[in-house]
Amino acid sequence: MDLTWYLSLSAVLFTIGVLGVLLRRNVIVVFLSVELMLNSVNLSLVAFSQAFGDVEGQILVFFVISVAAAEAAVGLAIVIALFRNKLTINVDEIRLFRG
Amino acid sequence: MELLVRLILLPPLLMAAFNGMMGLFAPGYRKQEWVVGGLALVAVAVPFAVTCALFFGFEAPYVVRYFTWLTAGDLQVDFAYRIDQLSLLMTLVVTGVGSLIHLYSIGYMKGDPGFWRFFAYLNLFIFAMLNLVLAENLPVLFLGWEGVGLCSYLLIGFWYTDLKNSAAANKAFIVNRIGDFAFLLAMFIVFQTVTAARPGAFGLDFTTLLAPETLALFDGPVGFWVCLLFFIGATGKSAQIPLFVWLPDAMAGPTPVSALIHAATMVTSGLYLLARLSALVLLAPGAMQIIAVVGALTAIMAATVAMTQNDIKKVLAYSTVSQLGYMFLAAGVGAYFVAIFHVMTHAFFKACLFLGSGSVIHSMHHVEHELEHKGLIPGPHGPGTHDTPLGSEAANDPFKEGGAGAFEEDAKARQARPARGYATLPYDGPFDAQDMRTMGGLKRYMPSTRWTFLIATLAIAGIPGLAGFFSKDEILFKAFEYGYDGHLVGYLVWGVGLVTALLTAIYMTRAYLLTFEGDPRWPDALDTHPHESPWTMTVPLWVLAGLSVVGGFLGLPPVITETFGLPDSWIHHWLGQAYGGPVAELIHEDLPTAFTTWMLLGVGALIAIAGVAFAWVGLRFGPRGPEADRGIRRLMGFLYRPASRKWYWDEAYDAAVVDPIVEGSRKGLAPFDKKGVDGAVMGMAGSIRESASRLRRLQTGVVQTYAFAVVLGVLGVVALLLFT
Repeated sequence: MDLTWYLSLSAVLFTIGVLGVLLRRNVIVVFLSVELMLNSVNLSLVAFSQAFGDVEGQILVFFVISVAAAEAAVGLAIVIALFRNKLTINVDEIRLFRG
Repeated sequence: MELLVRLILLPPLLMAAFNGMMGLFAPGYRKQEWVVGGLALVAVAVPFAVTCALFFGFEAPYVVRYFTWLTAGDLQVDFAYRIDQLSLLMTLVVTGVGSLIHLYSIGYMKGDPGFWRFFAYLNLFIFAMLNLVLAENLPVLFLGWEGVGLCSYLLIGFWYTDLKNSAAANKAFIVNRIGDFAFLLAMFIVFQTVTAARPGAFGLDFTTLLAPETLALFDGPVGFWVCLLFFIGATGKSAQIPLFVWLPDAMAGPTPVSALIHAATMVTSGLYLLARLSALVLLAPGAMQIIAVVGALTAIMAATVAMTQNDIKKVLAYSTVSQLGYMFLAAGVGAYFVAIFHVMTHAFFKACLFLGSGSVIHSMHHVEHELEHKGLIPGPHGPGTHDTPLGSEAANDPFKEGGAGAFEEDAKARQARPARGYATLPYDGPFDAQDMRTMGGLKRYMPSTRWTFLIATLAIAGIPGLAGFFSKDEILFKAFEYGYDGHLVGYLVWGVGLVTALLTAIYMTRAYLLTFEGDPRWPDALDTHPHESPWTMTVPLWVLAGLSVVGGFLGLPPVITETFGLPDSWIHHWLGQAYGGPVAELIHEDLPTAFTTWMLLGVGALIAIAGVAFAWVGLRFGPRGPEADRGIRRLMGFLYRPASRKWYWDEAYDAAVVDPIVEGSRKGLAPFDKKGVDGAVMGMAGSIRESASRLRRLQTGVVQTYAFAVVLGVLGVVALLLFT
């Protein structure tokens, strides 16, 4: 298959992720959108690896997956801590850094 | 040799640091007065011993170079010291008189809480003064020059809790700075002149500066201005018109300081400078005439003021100004070695007089304390205040309501009738241990102080045979010689000098008579007795008195030595350029005859004897005490009033300089500070606060806003990459 399709799909997924991060109010959903962006990048990396016959892209994907796993663990812990303190997971209501 | 010079210079410096540090960080050390004072004394005695060794083993001048201090373009200044006849003589005086005064101070400063501080300052002063007299170049000399100024400031304001003393210290420092500025300008001109004519490294060192080929550059107006500026520098340090006003106020310091710094050593540094540069000054006859006239005017002006003073230290202070005027007179007529001769003899008898006055003040303080205890004079040690807390009398009074109000009432009542119950003093005002009007008859109680004071008084008055006679007469003779050689100014300053000699004899005898002769004039004199000072104070007095007797024989005038077949004037041979010394002098072609010279000598002696006799017999102070000042009042006529007000110098300076500056600051600079400087600073702070309070709204605290900014940034970068 043509590389363009993969890359188009990756771009669409990435855009959805970005919009999710910017527009959704629920922290969990924002978090999911971040994962979506990471995985769209993974998709394009695998596609390039396939197209150029170079395995380095796939190695990088494993790194991204493991980092994403760690990030998910830490991120969810933060979300739980937030909820315990604020009793909400709405980002609009969490403004600790307001100037 | 290098080591020996180090041994002269370093002990005072190290001991100043040691005593200062130990006193600062080890409060227990402050109580060990014999250790503090003893170490400080050793730190001056060692240099004295080394100087003696160098002095008696002296063969030829030499220069010791330690390291390069400054290098900037053509200016290359070494830390170098010069050992020659002049610097050795000055070092002997500084360390010798310095040692005696250190010994004296151990007794005088006993029990003072600042004892350690005093000796640290005193040692630092000795170090700075040694730097000044031993320096091989002008910058190192200037270092010492500023150093002695600093120590003088510190020691005048030694009892700094009294605002009056701090003000006197400030005055001394500021007035000296004016002179120092002229000194700096003179150095700049010297450097400029020499390097312009001869490119290459030059360190303002005396070896190069006083070489004939360099001196030739200063023949003309440049030389005149350089000498005049150096002289203005000297008028600051050596208290001449117009910058002498600080010296009388400097008496606010402890008396040993007045003896060491403001009589024997620091104030003579201006003369030392002129003697060191004598070859240069001789090239500017115009400047020399100015020096002679200023010296003569200072001498007679200060002498008239000294006639009218009642504070014993003020008399001695004005006497010092007057004697310094004599020395400048000698320098002005080209007799530099005579000026140094008088510096030396003056160091002996004036230090003796000051230390004697210190001894008197010391014992009068005891009288003051005793009178306060007896409740005869008001004071912090009085019976109502010493034994019980202040105001308790009023608080315990059953007819009064207690508390602060009653105390205030009581204090007011005390102020309103201070004389009731107190003894009357011979003058209005509080008891003053320095006022000669409360003294009198001290010879009974203080024999050592009395005899040494009398000897020094006769020496400064110029009684034949004593030190002051030879040095003062030599100055007058040189002035006459200068006049005889065709300079009218010479006769003028000679006449002024003669009158001053008469005044000196009168006012010094007056001071002696008021202090030691007659009947005691302090209250309750029958039961309250002063005491002689401890041996630490009387030994230096006797040594200095002895030197005041024999010091003059170092410079016997030629006419005496020729007549009696004695060896020539030692000091002339030691210092004079004609005999290989560093001090040049004016050579006269037309000399007065031996008969004239003898006549002049006789006139000088007669004037001194007449002055003393007039004061002793004619004014008859003795038992009658201060009322006899009427004699002086009559003698001086309409001059008495302005002289007793110090010729209005302070008032004139206040009106001409101080008040305009204070007023200008209050009217011009204070508003400018408030509106201009403060306005700019506050405005800057305000504008930042204002803009920050607007910018903080950007910080919403919503994470998604920040994320949006990041995305926009990424898009911007991508767009930049794609479309360029």
